[in-house]
Amino acid sequence: MVWLWLQGYLDEQFIQLEDLQDDANPNFVEEVVTLFYGDSARLLHSIEQALESNPLDFNGLEAYMHQFKGSCSSIGARKVKSECTQFREYCNARNAEGCIRTFQQVKQEHATLRRKLETYFQALV
Amino acid sequence: MVVGTGASGSMAADGVEERKQMSALIVDDNSVIQKIHKVIMTKLGFETQVVDNGKMAVDLHTSGCSFDVILMDMEMPVMNGIEATKELRAMGVETMIVGVTACSLESEKQAFKEAGLNECFVKPLNMEEAKSLVKKLNKEDN
Repeated sequence: MVWLWLQGYLDEQFIQLEDLQDDANPNFVEEVVTLFYGDSARLLHSIEQALESNPLDFNGLEAYMHQFKGSCSSIGARKVKSECTQFREYCNARNAEGCIRTFQQVKQEHATLRRKLETYFQALV
Repeated sequence: MVVGTGASGSMAADGVEERKQMSALIVDDNSVIQKIHKVIMTKLGFETQVVDNGKMAVDLHTSGCSFDVILMDMEMPVMNGIEATKELRAMGVETMIVGVTACSLESEKQAFKEAGLNECFVKPLNMEEAKSLVKKLNKEDN
């Protein structure tokens, strides 16, 4: 996991999760990550739908992204979190084009991290 | 780590005081945070209960439940953490209520603290922060 951390994909919070894993919770990290991807799929879908409305409900979008960013923080998803921050800035600036463009970055980083974590968990087996 | 030094400990047959296990109520609508906080508090010896929003936390107390510590999220559907904390304090609940929030705005965190929190942390709670809460709880019991 060090290399993922070094590459900036994950931050200290992921190390905290690994430290919580023990014999009583042997699959804790994978379970948390699975929960994260379940929750985030739902939130990303809501944001995607909201981005199709005209005019955009920036307050609603900001609220969804706040939730999603909170989830990202809880697993240490540094790059995804960074894109979420950018998205929220565009929401606050009422910049629709910026929101739409940044959302693609959010989804890309989210998918990239998922692939890397899947590889990591497979390597542990 | 010894927890559960509450005043409600009782004497066992051999004269050794039995220590009550402490309990924690986790109030959060995010399943990832629920899981992390549950594991942390369980590791520290707490019996845990998890609810999804502030109203469920208030209803538990209305029905007579009590806890040694409540971890309260700020933003939740149905009833948020600020409203729930105010209601619990208005009901006379003196339990340690610890706010956990992803919100970075100082003004919102201040409103949360003013609702009646004992502490407020950025979520998720980490083990060191949780241990500091146990220290405070053990101090209060002594």
